[in-house]
Amino acid sequence: MLEFVVPALNLKAILPQLLLALTALTVLLVDVFAGKEGKTSLGALSLIGVVAALIALILTRGSHESAYAGMLMADGFGFFITLIVCCVAFLSILASMNYERICPEIRAGEYYCLLLFAAFGMSFMGNAGNLIMIFVALETMSISIYVLAGFKRDNLKSIESALKYFLLGAFASGFLLFGFALVYGASGTLDIVKLGSFFTAHPDTLHHPMVLGGIALMTVGFGFKIAMFPFHMWTPDVYEGAPTVVTGFMATGVKAAAFAALIRVFFVGFGPLQADWTAIMWVAALLTMTIGNIVAISQTNIKRMLAYSSIAHAGYLLIAFVVGTDLARSGILFYLLAYAFANIGAFSVVSAMGKKGEEYSELSDFAGVGFKYPFLGLMMTVFLFSMAGIPPAAGFMGKFFIFSEAIKSGYIWLAIFGVINSVISLYYYLGVIVRMYFQEPEREINIVAPAGTMIAALSIAAFAVLQMGIFPSYIWDLARESVKMIM
Amino acid sequence: MIENQSIYLALSVVLFIIGAAGAVCRRNAIVVFMCIEIMLCGVSIAFVTFSRAHHSLDGIFMVLFVMAVAAAEAAVGLAIFVLMYRKHGSIDLDKFNLLKW
Repeated sequence: MLEFVVPALNLKAILPQLLLALTALTVLLVDVFAGKEGKTSLGALSLIGVVAALIALILTRGSHESAYAGMLMADGFGFFITLIVCCVAFLSILASMNYERICPEIRAGEYYCLLLFAAFGMSFMGNAGNLIMIFVALETMSISIYVLAGFKRDNLKSIESALKYFLLGAFASGFLLFGFALVYGASGTLDIVKLGSFFTAHPDTLHHPMVLGGIALMTVGFGFKIAMFPFHMWTPDVYEGAPTVVTGFMATGVKAAAFAALIRVFFVGFGPLQADWTAIMWVAALLTMTIGNIVAISQTNIKRMLAYSSIAHAGYLLIAFVVGTDLARSGILFYLLAYAFANIGAFSVVSAMGKKGEEYSELSDFAGVGFKYPFLGLMMTVFLFSMAGIPPAAGFMGKFFIFSEAIKSGYIWLAIFGVINSVISLYYYLGVIVRMYFQEPEREINIVAPAGTMIAALSIAAFAVLQMGIFPSYIWDLARESVKMIM
Repeated sequence: MIENQSIYLALSVVLFIIGAAGAVCRRNAIVVFMCIEIMLCGVSIAFVTFSRAHHSLDGIFMVLFVMAVAAAEAAVGLAIFVLMYRKHGSIDLDKFNLLKW
């Protein structure tokens, strides 16, 4: 008979995530009992929770264990992903506290609660040691974000984006699950580490159609979440329609979590099969970055433009995924953090561009912003420099690590295409800066002055971007250590 | 191995393909969502079959989680459909054109 052993309750391994979930529940309770005045403190309360999670994360750093019968991997890799997720959640909440004044619908307990639950799911995706865990964490994250995308209840665009994201997301999870089923059928286990040892012990099963089909279906499922070509079509629609702060949150957090799960499943679970998926991912990386960059040029809405740019960034990350060495994977982690700060900063600036009930997210609205709102203009310039990969911003170091490792490992053409794409992307990133500083505004825009929380969010993000760009060694060492400690 | 394993697997693949094809072709949001649920049914049958074949419980646990998550997804999805119907007067996917597909 099958024996069932109750796994030991290891709270230390899940302390940061536990704090996130507890804060989410507390926020929901406070929202019910605190009445009207209490609602203003919800953002601050969630902020405290995220900071507590961050502190717990740093205190428990260095743990290297598998908990809950292998369901959870509390290792260095999970540590780094949770670090990215906590930073993203922290900055999103700060920006949301300002965005409340432009979009009053989000002043609700559910909003912060869902945001924290989404962060909870993202962090577990980075720590998952079992395909069941990946699925549940992925859905915890996705379902929260479907709701967040449609949070502007009276705005048809927002509802439409939630509907599209929901239908396509559920469709993609179906593919992911069938991929899991096929791999389970071939190997008899859902544990990622055991999958790895199974394929090493039975090389004859490697090219079984069930394994190859399973990997193809899983690529579809993960490719949807990281916005890989040809599964990127939802990105611009959803990013444009969703409330701007939520867009920043999902552009960075979802990408980091999905890349984490992708790396763990493919490198730990299907490590022996690396040669097979490299060819497909090579083409996918090239097409993802090229299509993202070329279509971004023709956009007139800044949220759509940043959406296509985020597709392009997924392409750069896929280059490192194809290269697949330890250093390349550290490059992915470094790039994800650099991209998270720059992107969430840029979306926060866009979210600050509005007044109650009205948002200015057309590119033409940014004309003259550099002089009318010097702080926002300066911050936007820093973030766009980072995304374009201009030194001394963090994006430059991220691209440098990825491309140099690609060249060292012999993927010279991929590196060349990556550099060509970075040059193409300069055109539209610098286009925004040119508009901000060298063009006269076409229409009068008046925005509510950014609150202290927004100024704090932007300053922290800009500081992090410059810090990682000028002194990258600390984060780079951390990323390298994290990848070495993947279990 | 269990008897007729390939029949169960064929059933799961057929269900999955029916669901996927329906999700791509149909235009009513609720029908598309039902098709996605059919895909999940196919997945569940595959998991149960493999679970029996390997004498392991993992697949059956997975099915429980799939059902729970599908229920949560249905709650959120139907809420979004209701909101869409109130605002837009239709849940026909062809009629949504504020955002370019």
